[in-house]
Amino acid sequence: MVLLAGCSGGVLDPKGQIAVQESEILLNSVGTMLIIVAPTLLATLAFAWWFRASNRKARYLPDWVFSGRLELINWGYPLLIILFLGGLIWMGSHRLDPFRPIAAAGKQLEVQVVSLDWKWLFIYPEQSVASVNELVLPVETPVHFSITSATVMNSFFVPQLGGMIAAMPGMITQLHLKADHMGDLWGLSTQFSGDGFAGMHFDVRVKSNEDFERWVEYARKSACDLDHAGYAALLRESQNVRPFVYRSVIPALFVKIVTGKVSPPNATAEQGSSVVACPETAQ
Amino acid sequence: MKFLGNLSWDAIPWNSPLPLIAGGGVIAICIAIAAWIVLAGHLPYLWKEWITSVDHKRIGVMYILLGLVMTLRGFADAILMRTHQAYAYRADGYLPPEHFDQIFTSHGTIMIFFGAMPLMIGLMNFVIPLQLGVRDVAFPTWNSTSLWLTAAGALLVNISLVVGVFSRAGWLPYPPLSELEFSPDVGVDYYLWALLISGVGTLVTGINFVTTILKMRAPGMGYLRMSMYCWTALASNLLIVAAFPILTATLVMLTLDRYLGFHFFTAAGGGNMMMFINLIWAWGHPEVYILVLPAFGIFSEIISTFSNKPLFGYRSMVIATLGICIISFLVWLHHFFTMGAGGTVNAAFGIATSVIAVVTGVKVFNWLFTMYGGRIHYKTPMLWALGFLVTFVIGGMTGVLLAVPPADFLLHNSLFLVAHFHNTIIGGVVFGAFAGIAYWFPKAFGFRLHEGWGVAAFWFTIAAFYAVFIPLYMVGLLGMPRRMQHYDMEMWRPFILAAMVGIFLFGVALICQVIQLVVSIRQRERLRDETGDPWSGRSLEWATPSPPPIFNFAVQPTVYGEEPYWELKRRAIASQQNEGRYEAIKLPRNNATGFVTGFFASVIGFAMVWKIWWLAILGLVAAYAVFVWYAWRDIPEEKISAEEVARIDRAHRKSRAEWLARHSEKGNMA
Repeated sequence: MVLLAGCSGGVLDPKGQIAVQESEILLNSVGTMLIIVAPTLLATLAFAWWFRASNRKARYLPDWVFSGRLELINWGYPLLIILFLGGLIWMGSHRLDPFRPIAAAGKQLEVQVVSLDWKWLFIYPEQSVASVNELVLPVETPVHFSITSATVMNSFFVPQLGGMIAAMPGMITQLHLKADHMGDLWGLSTQFSGDGFAGMHFDVRVKSNEDFERWVEYARKSACDLDHAGYAALLRESQNVRPFVYRSVIPALFVKIVTGKVSPPNATAEQGSSVVACPETAQ
Repeated sequence: MKFLGNLSWDAIPWNSPLPLIAGGGVIAICIAIAAWIVLAGHLPYLWKEWITSVDHKRIGVMYILLGLVMTLRGFADAILMRTHQAYAYRADGYLPPEHFDQIFTSHGTIMIFFGAMPLMIGLMNFVIPLQLGVRDVAFPTWNSTSLWLTAAGALLVNISLVVGVFSRAGWLPYPPLSELEFSPDVGVDYYLWALLISGVGTLVTGINFVTTILKMRAPGMGYLRMSMYCWTALASNLLIVAAFPILTATLVMLTLDRYLGFHFFTAAGGGNMMMFINLIWAWGHPEVYILVLPAFGIFSEIISTFSNKPLFGYRSMVIATLGICIISFLVWLHHFFTMGAGGTVNAAFGIATSVIAVVTGVKVFNWLFTMYGGRIHYKTPMLWALGFLVTFVIGGMTGVLLAVPPADFLLHNSLFLVAHFHNTIIGGVVFGAFAGIAYWFPKAFGFRLHEGWGVAAFWFTIAAFYAVFIPLYMVGLLGMPRRMQHYDMEMWRPFILAAMVGIFLFGVALICQVIQLVVSIRQRERLRDETGDPWSGRSLEWATPSPPPIFNFAVQPTVYGEEPYWELKRRAIASQQNEGRYEAIKLPRNNATGFVTGFFASVIGFAMVWKIWWLAILGLVAAYAVFVWYAWRDIPEEKISAEEVARIDRAHRKSRAEWLARHSEKGNMA
């Protein structure tokens, strides 16, 4: 039944290397635990049925309160399972530490992620473009995400790529992912962040390298600038924001956000490019 | 400076009909009940015998009543959430975000702090002194104060329904969302003051029970002759004493941030929200064991009694209980593996968490072997115990799965997580509370609960539980996070609809429970427990009549073995056959300290929420004055004469003898 649920689009339908490994560990852990859980459940039902008071064939052992051998099994059996699982945890936690780079040939892509009220900003520092609520990734390229929040805490998560991690103000978390197949995925915030939280999802488009370059070009030709006025507009609360792109980004904006050194929203926000002013760039 | 602080008519949500109608309805019902009590002349009785009572049995019953009413309130929130989400696919449902967010926050807050906690503490209150063979807890007036402080917290949360708003920051208010910058309204303040006040009550309960169990056992009852329930209660209360100060300190820091501009947890000014998250879970993880350990104890009693066998591997169980007690303090980080602590830290906490599964596994096996070779009678309490065994093992498995950091990176904060902790809290704590209530109800009120309706309630609850939470597990695997006011993912929808059907089944189960209570009260003569020992019990609470006299035991029992009452029955100890030597008994006098303190604590909380400073100071002075008055009293105890004790005990002996004679004539020892 659980497997059935995973058939389409969930965390058991991985589309990237990290998600593949994480879902593998997930299933292995379930399998390991079933070695002990399944017999326990069966024994519970069997004992409960057989030793019912009306069954006179069952032996009644009113004074049977201790057995050294059974105690050994009681403690030993779960301990063995947990020892095995502990190994799994130890290796998995290190191998899949989100901060750990993915070993792969070729250059890795840098993406800086900022959670806002209530949308996601993705900055591509090397390409100096940015997008809101749309994450475009080249296929089979390791991606290094640096993640922070310009508002309250959120959590960055693309279920089919794996590796959920928190986005926190004043702090940078890191995440390494790699998408293995082209196609459209989705991501969202999993840490409740206020009234607009439910609309904080984003499109994830995994493209070929050429298509990714084409998208960067397309972004550069768009109409919106992520300058101070643009950022001030972005800081304003908005919900269910449709994706759009920026052709330029304030230099080192991400670091400025983390250190709190971006000029706070002020009057310029009223005249500058705003979230509402850039919807034609969606798609 | 305004006379009433920030309070004004705008605080009442005139424009949102739902809370207004609900709140109005509740107020009307409360007024009606109050009017009936006064007009029918029950007020003096209620005041003298219950509200001011320092008797642990009555305080226990009142705790359970509070827990049941609040569970009902939390359940109403659950119905709202499940039906709302069913209508929120590509739509806005019927609750706007600012309302939906309050609903899930109050659901969590109420269910944990004012539902589950009072149920567990209430059962401990009623049972522990009886099982220890003593007359009351160590500090009876403190006990009453604990109850009324908890009630004060519950009252504040419910006032927020009509006056102002409740918190919208989740049941654990993570900063910076809960800071003034992002939650400027009074919601978080209501949350903070409700929990600060009730937290003090819970801490006092912890101290009270640790003292009682360590210092006040019947003669002959060494530690290793205590019932398993006493052991788990001891472990649970040790955890309360160790963990609740952390909660209070953390909430005080957040309060200072919000009221006086401190920067403990803000993003600016050197604060660090990760500190809040660490601290709150340093309390929060022990908290789940504070809840579930007593439930383990209840099931140990029930499984042993209804299997007609002693508990298997008693010493092993004691070690496992204390093991859980210690390890539960070493695992808090598993609530935020996704905060980026690094591989080694995550692995260490993941492994520590799975070690809890070993000791819990030991417990499960020992329960199984208690059933092995038994003669199991399937009365309602035993059915709950069986439902618990199956359900809790599944919940434990999903819990260990979430303790595997790479798996948690896929499942954290999803509905899978929500399903997991409901799996353990409903399957463990709620089933435990229902089992305990069914088991000890005859002891408390002198008649059993109706069996048929109890069985119906059990099966509907089981069906409802799986109908709600299997879909939530599955939709969690499909990536649906918790706390979604709306969503547009088509694949999630069928599961959300299925869960809604399940919540209605819960409603049916609830109706069965209510009918059970009504039917049982109407048929109480037929269901009367004349012997004080309706289930053929093994621990001391069954040695005294049902309901027990105010002094619990006419003659203090002496303990000869691990199962005190069973041992007495088996040996047919003379003191059970013949009357003992009756002596006058001194008992603490009922007093209003607890109630008055609770009242003024509510006043302080309400005044602080609305920043009515003079009222807060007044409340504080008054609450303190009550304690001074209490300390100054001249007559702290009242005496029950030896004749009165003898009269009560003889009546019980007579009733039991008659029952025995009647049943031995029939040749039917039930």
